[in-house]
Amino acid sequence: MATEAHATEGVTGYIIHHLTPLHVGEGFWTLHLDTLFFSAVLGGLFIWFFKTAAEKATSGVPGLVQNFAEMLIEFVDTQVKDSFHGESKLIAPLALTIFCWVFMWNFMDLFPVDILPLIGSMMGIEYLRVVPSTDLNATFAMSISVFCLIIFYSIKIKGPIGFAKELLLQPFGPWLMPFNLLLKLVEEIAKPISLALRLFGNLYAGELIFILIALLPWYIQPVLSFPWAIFHILIITLQAFIFMVLTIVYLTMAHEHH
Amino acid sequence: MSINATLIGQMITFALLVWFTMKYIWPPLFDSLEERKKKIADGLAAAEKGQEEILLAEKKAKGVIKEAKLQSSEIVNLAQKRANDLIEESKDTAKQEGERLLVAAKAQIEQEIQQAKEGLRQEVADLALSAAEQILGAEIDKAKHQDIISKVSKQLG
Repeated sequence: MATEAHATEGVTGYIIHHLTPLHVGEGFWTLHLDTLFFSAVLGGLFIWFFKTAAEKATSGVPGLVQNFAEMLIEFVDTQVKDSFHGESKLIAPLALTIFCWVFMWNFMDLFPVDILPLIGSMMGIEYLRVVPSTDLNATFAMSISVFCLIIFYSIKIKGPIGFAKELLLQPFGPWLMPFNLLLKLVEEIAKPISLALRLFGNLYAGELIFILIALLPWYIQPVLSFPWAIFHILIITLQAFIFMVLTIVYLTMAHEHH
Repeated sequence: MSINATLIGQMITFALLVWFTMKYIWPPLFDSLEERKKKIADGLAAAEKGQEEILLAEKKAKGVIKEAKLQSSEIVNLAQKRANDLIEESKDTAKQEGERLLVAAKAQIEQEIQQAKEGLRQEVADLALSAAEQILGAEIDKAKHQDIISKVSKQLG
């Protein structure tokens, strides 16, 4: 149906239309309203669900909501305890937030590609990209936040001098100081970039394939989109998991003395 | 695909979410989990302890029963012994009583024999005396011939 609607623009037009965010503003001060809106709504959903569970939290027999929340909490806590051995009030809640939020972002990918933009167009919204993780701004926002935490904890735990020493003196000792610094900088900067691009790339590609499948005749679509969607259930969970685990690992490294 | 101010908005949202989770979500849920873990562990420990106590009590009960059995058999033995003693005692008493009675009866018989003998002696003496009187014809004075009479009497005895 959507194919017909955009027939005049052709296949390329359809794809571009799907990948164009709803935006306002110019230049750097452009805001992707759809990304902001959906991620905020999903964040609200996450908060609402867990807040409900937390309010009713009892050490007795848990209800359905609490049970599910506790399952996630225990899952995250196991991951954190596996690698991080210090005391931190931040890391576990951070990991939980990342896992749930990223998972929900990615989950938007499983909605039929045309349904939400169609509803949007009925409401007069021309462009709508529903998966926040197909927006580099969203993934980078998260990875840069994590990066800031890495730097913050590195300095806090090791002290400014300790952190500087680590930057300058490892791995090759004082005689190769500039080289050490270069290596270290690349290593550190690679962390947020790889975090953001891994998530973005995976979901962007997945979304693109859904869009391409949507361009095929209707009788072929289910044959392809069904297995791809099932495969995607694995992908979206895996990507959320990877983001969480790497965050934990990076913060653990920031806490450790070398 | 451009980086723009959305990034800042997303970072703020993320920071808020993390803050909220850290402050209001993680602690109560995690605490309730820990508490439940502790409760379960305590319950299991209590169950184990109870079982141990049962075993101990069973052992104790067995000991008590064994002791009671021993005591009861001891009591039975004692009672039997006492009964035997009583029987023996009464046997002895009966024997003694019997002997005593026998002795008394014998003494009485002896006495009666003596009495009968005495009576008979007297009678024989009287008979002899009267016979002699009749033979001699009132010539014998009882007082004069006392010696002879008593001699004869003695021979009879």
